[in-house]
Amino acid sequence: METAPKLGRDVPPKKDKLQAKRKKPRERKNPESQRSLSGAQDPFPGPAPVPVDVVQKFCRIDKSKKLPRCRSKTRNRLKVAETEEEETSVTAARSELLLAEEPGFLEGEDGEDTAKILQADIVEAVDIASAAKHFDLNLRQFGPYRVNYSRTGRHLAFGGRRGHVAALDWVTKKLMCEINVMEAVRDIRFLHSEALLAVAQNRWLYIYDNQGIELHCIRRCDRVTRLEFLPFHFLLATASETGFLTYLDVSVGKIVAALNARAGRLDVMTQNPYNAVIHLGHSNGTVSLWSPAVKEPLVKILCHRGGVRAVAVDSTGTYMATSGLDHQLKIFDLRGTYQPLRARTLPQGAGHLAFSQRGLLAAGMGDVVNIWAGHGKASLPSLEQPYLTHRLSGPVHGLQFCPFEDVLGLGHSGGITSMLVPGSAEPNFDGLESNPYRSRKQRQEWEVKALLEKVPAELICLDPRALAEVDVISLEQKKKERIERLGYDPEAKTPFQPKPKQKGRSSTASLVKRKRKVMDKEHRDKVRQSLEQQQQQQEQQQQQQHKQEKAKPMRARPSALDRFVR
Amino acid sequence: MSVKMRRTVMERESIKSFWKQSVPLMERTGSGEKLVLADLLEPVKTSSSLSLATVKKQLNRVKSKKTVELPLHKEEIERIHREVAFNKTSQVLSKWDPIVLKNRQAKQLVFPLEKEQSAFAPIEHVLSGWTARTPLEQEVFNLLHKNKQPVTDPLLTPMEKASLKAMSLEEAKMRRAELQRARALQSYYEARARREKKIKSKRYHKIVKKEKAKRALKAFEQLRKVNPAAALEELKKIEKARMMERMSLKHQNSGKWAKSKAIMAKYDLEARQAMQEQLAKNKELTQKLQVASESEEEERGAEETEELLVPDVVNEVQMNPDGPNPWMLRSCTRDIKEAEAHEDPEELPDPVAHEVSESEGDERPVAEEEILLKEVEERRSLRRRSELSQDAEPVGSQETKDSSSQEVLSELRALSQKFKKNHQSRKPKASSVSTGHQVQREEPALEEEEPLLLQRSKRVQTVEELEELEKEECSQNQEFLRPGLKGQQLERNPNNLPNAPKEKKKKEQMIDLQNLLSTKSPSVKSLAVPTTLEEMDDEEERDQKQMIKEAFAGDDVIRDFLKEKRESMEASKPKDVDLTLPGWGEWGGMGLKPSTKKRRRFLIKAPEGPPRKDKNLPNVIINEKRNIHAAAHQVQVLPYPFTHHSQFERTIQTPIGSTWNTQRAFQKLTTPKVVTKPGHIIKPIKPEDVGYRSSSRSDLSVMQRNPKRLSASHKKQLKKNSVD
Repeated sequence: METAPKLGRDVPPKKDKLQAKRKKPRERKNPESQRSLSGAQDPFPGPAPVPVDVVQKFCRIDKSKKLPRCRSKTRNRLKVAETEEEETSVTAARSELLLAEEPGFLEGEDGEDTAKILQADIVEAVDIASAAKHFDLNLRQFGPYRVNYSRTGRHLAFGGRRGHVAALDWVTKKLMCEINVMEAVRDIRFLHSEALLAVAQNRWLYIYDNQGIELHCIRRCDRVTRLEFLPFHFLLATASETGFLTYLDVSVGKIVAALNARAGRLDVMTQNPYNAVIHLGHSNGTVSLWSPAVKEPLVKILCHRGGVRAVAVDSTGTYMATSGLDHQLKIFDLRGTYQPLRARTLPQGAGHLAFSQRGLLAAGMGDVVNIWAGHGKASLPSLEQPYLTHRLSGPVHGLQFCPFEDVLGLGHSGGITSMLVPGSAEPNFDGLESNPYRSRKQRQEWEVKALLEKVPAELICLDPRALAEVDVISLEQKKKERIERLGYDPEAKTPFQPKPKQKGRSSTASLVKRKRKVMDKEHRDKVRQSLEQQQQQQEQQQQQQHKQEKAKPMRARPSALDRFVR
Repeated sequence: MSVKMRRTVMERESIKSFWKQSVPLMERTGSGEKLVLADLLEPVKTSSSLSLATVKKQLNRVKSKKTVELPLHKEEIERIHREVAFNKTSQVLSKWDPIVLKNRQAKQLVFPLEKEQSAFAPIEHVLSGWTARTPLEQEVFNLLHKNKQPVTDPLLTPMEKASLKAMSLEEAKMRRAELQRARALQSYYEARARREKKIKSKRYHKIVKKEKAKRALKAFEQLRKVNPAAALEELKKIEKARMMERMSLKHQNSGKWAKSKAIMAKYDLEARQAMQEQLAKNKELTQKLQVASESEEEERGAEETEELLVPDVVNEVQMNPDGPNPWMLRSCTRDIKEAEAHEDPEELPDPVAHEVSESEGDERPVAEEEILLKEVEERRSLRRRSELSQDAEPVGSQETKDSSSQEVLSELRALSQKFKKNHQSRKPKASSVSTGHQVQREEPALEEEEPLLLQRSKRVQTVEELEELEKEECSQNQEFLRPGLKGQQLERNPNNLPNAPKEKKKKEQMIDLQNLLSTKSPSVKSLAVPTTLEEMDDEEERDQKQMIKEAFAGDDVIRDFLKEKRESMEASKPKDVDLTLPGWGEWGGMGLKPSTKKRRRFLIKAPEGPPRKDKNLPNVIINEKRNIHAAAHQVQVLPYPFTHHSQFERTIQTPIGSTWNTQRAFQKLTTPKVVTKPGHIIKPIKPEDVGYRSSSRSDLSVMQRNPKRLSASHKKQLKKNSVD
């Protein structure tokens, strides 16, 4: 067994990089530029080569789409946009160099099943700092716990069913606050920073600060069962027993939307980190996707025969894992098809699911936690064989992977367990976005910036890149209105006007003839098109008729009374 | 009207001229003199002296002289001026077009305009374009030139260059010593050559020649081993020499010297010998070279005996491919390793044997040597062949996998049969007792070998066995097992041997895999071990499934879902508009419905919308409603140069925020279009700013200052220009 967190499993191939290096200097053989004052030559002239596949990762323009014919001016603009994109993606690819850390991994000796490796073994093998990240909090008194890590992965909040709420800096084990709310705690969640804490209590939703002081009691959100925080929109989504999904804007303290899911009690909720869509699991085996801007679910997917017990979405928004009462664990594709990609029957259905940043899937089944891994980042986890398993002292009640640390936090009836899962987290963090080591001042700075960059709630939709698209429907509508207003189409194609020809060939008759010719050609094209359309329609009708005929019960002989049949 | 006017003018003119002529007459009349007809005719007379034609000419000239045109209207003149001025101005202004275009397309404009900063250039470039202008500079340059200091490119004086190139003292010494040595060697060599050239002894020269030949032979042998291609080249050279010999009459005893010798031959033994040598040489040179190829072998079989009788140097160089094996001559006990080193004893050349034989024959006369060589070779070949024939038969009977080896074997068999005959025919011929004895001595050894071989061929069926057998051979049979034989054996299944361990391994692997397959299966189950539930057998699993089914029997989830989907599809469909008015043009009343015909007529069918996204996804309902809140944030009007939304979309695909870009890229993407320096006056652009001369502007101003003074002719010209 070999364990070494933060060591490369999928190191990017360096081969093509080398090849590129070899190629480029040959291309740039410019004798003049190579000469310098001292007569020495630069052995690697020109800019350093960039691996093509990394550049490709940052390119966003889909060049495969064909554009309609455009004017030269438009073409210039397009070219400028394309070159800009290329330049920026090259600089971005160059800055990949700064991502020095590599993900950890766990490899069994040949034939050894990594699932059989115990936490104790891992702790023994890793360095002291990493070993300190595995710990157990024995809290048997206040019942099963829900856990939540802050966005930086530095702080951990947990709330026991019997009112125990605490927050701590789990790396240094420094307790921030510990209170008993004297009420059932259903869920607990950090808001945008570790300074604010939302707790779903028996009756209402409360917000505490990191001292444990109650800041708000939000009575509009009552009997909340699950909480989700959308960090870029500053929205706290709450699912309640009454069947309402409520969005609370924590930056202004307003309820943005309260949507009635019409599916009874809601107690399964997760967010899609890619597009901030909320996924709700229902008792009729469906999962519905919600946005605060739309009153109805964006998508409804039938996932299980029984009720849905847990839902999780991976960080790239590509896969959704669901588990139901039918003891099935399924992974769905969220890229438009919503079809199950993998399915597996578990002996005891998974009650809780969680995806890690690098796409590991953890499932809590009773007092056992199974973790499945795929190959490489954001790949589909294979459900064949678990990557790791761990047995707890009580049934699992909440689980979450810690961001930027190879740790899985587990809340169960026996307390809290922090479990080491090599290779689960993203090794490199963005210091400006979520810095685990930030100071108080940096946090405040970041808070201001984040608030300035807050995304409006109504922009939440399935495709987060929809903002980069033109609203075609209103565009068409406006065009139509303009034409009506002006009485003519200003963008219409001007009718063909033959140019006069030199040397006496420009008689009126010939001009008319040429004009006629073009007109006829256009007319013919139109007729041809319409004929094709007609044909297609006819074919469709025939097909439908065929279907209907097939659907109709065959009668032996057509009756004379058939004509009265409607 | 103008025509009329012109006429009147003309008349007036003619009258004027008339009066001019008639002035003296008038004067005369005024003075009171009498007017005579002659006086009147005088001008005619005088002119008649010049002839009437000149008068006519004058008259014509007068007529042809046009009158001054009337000036144009004021408006027209002004219009023309305007036109000309416009053309001129637009021409002048068109010079600015590229600048305007450039500024419009520029990513960034910086005001106030400044001259472009010179880009960074290496100092060599700067220097190369620079000339001394001021006296001080010139002085400095003169100094530099005097000292041969290069001004531009390499920046190193010739002295410096030389010093760079110069080598160290040690190096120089070494080099000198080397040169000295080479010179000395050359002189020695020259002296030696001169000395040798002076030697007159024939015997000495003969020896030298022989030595040379031997050396050549050795070299060739070496070459053949090392580089067969080069050896072939050598062979070709020899072949060419033979051709030349055949063409020429050099050694045909037809030369002057030969003829003289022929006369002497009757009496002089030496002369006779010399002649014979000549002839021998000719024969030797014209001897056809035999290229060793398997196809020729059979043909050669018959001729071989004669060929072997010619043991000349050339032939030896060429070597018959199935020459006798030198190892066969040696004692039977021999290192196996050595034998293994020579993998193909059949084609192995025998340089050692030749060398040995030749070194022995050095002192003997040529004829004797030849005979000896011949004998030895005969013997060797005979023995080898007989051995082969005996060898090949059992091998042939055995089934070998290797097809190529089989072919070789069949050929060998054919050969052996031929040689057996030869052998039998030759046996009585064997002259020397010793050779015969040798053969006889050999035969029992062969006989001993035969059963062993046969046995082996039967036994060695599998590779493993062979390996074992080899080991046995190594340990036990070393005494009588000939390494050559072993080599043959090795060659017999050359493919098998290296494969043998592999195959064995493969077999082992297969077995292992099977083992694994039989034992592996619980690996999947092992993951279920830690779960709280015990492992379920198939029956239990089935039971559980049954239970689940029973549990969910009441709520048919799928049917509900399909129903919901159908409803949502219905809801999203565009609805038809029914405009029928019941009772219009028909009987109305309770319970009466408008006819279908009428209804069909007034029903406006809604256009069918695009197909639903979830048309082919049975387990999904996708909401088709537009998110109007999000649409409010989207672009709704296409900006100017774009005609299609997809074009514009492409330009706004890349995010420009610092969240998605590096700092450098972000700054570049968000550079302002216009940059102004605070507190600076932004003056209008001048031609000097962009490198134009200012003259164009001045001539425009000149033209505009006095447009009215243009003469008519100038004006016309301008107009013409403007039309052009």
